[in-house]
Amino acid sequence: MSSLLPHRLERSLSLWLGVLPFFVFALVFLVLPTLHVVIGAFTRPDGSLTLANLSDLMSGTILSALWLSLRISLWTACLGTIGGLLVAGAVIRGGLPPALRDAVMTFSGVASNFAGVPLAFAFIATLGRLGLVTVLARDWFGINLYATGFNLTSFSGLTMAYLYFQIPLMVLIITPAIDGLRGEWRETAESLGASGVQYWRMVALPVLWPSLLGAFALLFANAFGAVATAMALTGSALSILPIILFAQIRGDVLQDPHLGYAIAFAMIALTGGANVIYIWLRLRAERWQK
Amino acid sequence: MNLKRIGSWAIFILAVIYFLLPLVGTLEFSLRARRGVYSLDAYRNVLDDPQFQQTLAYSVILSIATVILGVLIVAPTAFWVRLKMPRLRPVVEFITLLPLVIPPIIIVFGYIRLFNTSSILPLTGSARGTDFLLAAGYATLSLPYMYRAVDTGLRAIEVQTLTEAAQSLGAGWATVLARVILPNIAVAILSGAFLTFAIVIGEYVIAALLNRPAFGPYMVWMGSNRAYEPAALAVIAFGMTWASMGVIQLLARRTRFTKG
Repeated sequence: MSSLLPHRLERSLSLWLGVLPFFVFALVFLVLPTLHVVIGAFTRPDGSLTLANLSDLMSGTILSALWLSLRISLWTACLGTIGGLLVAGAVIRGGLPPALRDAVMTFSGVASNFAGVPLAFAFIATLGRLGLVTVLARDWFGINLYATGFNLTSFSGLTMAYLYFQIPLMVLIITPAIDGLRGEWRETAESLGASGVQYWRMVALPVLWPSLLGAFALLFANAFGAVATAMALTGSALSILPIILFAQIRGDVLQDPHLGYAIAFAMIALTGGANVIYIWLRLRAERWQK
Repeated sequence: MNLKRIGSWAIFILAVIYFLLPLVGTLEFSLRARRGVYSLDAYRNVLDDPQFQQTLAYSVILSIATVILGVLIVAPTAFWVRLKMPRLRPVVEFITLLPLVIPPIIIVFGYIRLFNTSSILPLTGSARGTDFLLAAGYATLSLPYMYRAVDTGLRAIEVQTLTEAAQSLGAGWATVLARVILPNIAVAILSGAFLTFAIVIGEYVIAALLNRPAFGPYMVWMGSNRAYEPAALAVIAFGMTWASMGVIQLLARRTRFTKG
């Protein structure tokens, strides 16, 4: 067989053989399943093309779920970006003991992966109706948390839980950018008479801006794709889009798989778009980190 | 003590409170199962529950299978790309980053539709097939971490030199990979493996939708049926995550010392 093939071709074939398992695996278990979902969003059960599935997204329950998902993702991305920037700034540039920095980075590495069922349990045990903070607020300060309108299985509760992985993720992403702020810039600003606030407003923030926006996009995608935390925390009390999709896949609610494909496509488009923005802005931001 | 430092300490302390309270709260809650006194009853109930043992064992075995599958897919490719096909690198890197962009629920949705009983590859038709599909899904989720870990490991060694040395002694490709390259990047592979373990062990969405008796679905079931046991489960799950991360840190430190 090999004698029949030209030498060059044989060589390049054996080259490709080395990476074949990877590409076959990625094709079968990553690319094709995703493509199947995407194509399904644009076809009818008989295979003909249509945009009807996507326009069905604009109906009552799904539209409100999409809106809720958007709000929770934007809101936790916003608070996560600010919170993470504050924590990272305080630890790196705030004059705190250097040992704290290592501790915060290690913790962030772990906590950014905490999304999921145990995180929901932790918040139920802390802020649920019998949770530690709820009980202590009642016994020590006479405050009934749940009478103030707070509810863990609501928007505000889910936001608090999401921030537990959003802030650490932000700390991890933004640290290189803050490290990239050069000391000379600060000295120059100070020698020109700038105050600390002026330095941050007119030098540091403009330099950090692409990194911040990019991080915001990544945090948005991160929150938008999360399912397990919300499901374990609220049951189905809070219908975010992925929970609707989950129910649809299980066959509980909607009977039309192509509507499910359309929901899935909307999710890919949003998380994918956010990631593209993140990557593009990060490439821009890295100019300052050399 | 200037204003900046006071502000930094204030932010830091607020963050510590926010991040510590849920951990303390979970621990405290998990000890409350017996009325009036702290006890380990919730843990006893959990550990004695045959369902706990079975689902945890299932998830541990599955995560080992995932790691093996992941290494088999990633290590030869990363090695080959580094040695012979550097131009493919951006493509491979892009593919390994895709699982961070596509939510797991979408991937498993595709699996259910693509590998159903009436398809060419009816993996969901049997329990074994679904187990394999679950491991493949987890290996996909772990691609970004596994690839980066292995690639970092390869960067630290002289791939070219080691390969040529082994070949000049008569080793074939399989021998080069298994007996020269893999042992040299074992630490990197291990840290990728523990990260994979931490992600896989409590995963819920894929396991639930593929309907397999894994630890994640078990936790959710406990969450809607018991009061104090979920907190105990959360402590156990956190413990496992922290242990894996601790091992990764140790491994990272070890390599730093051996390199230095």
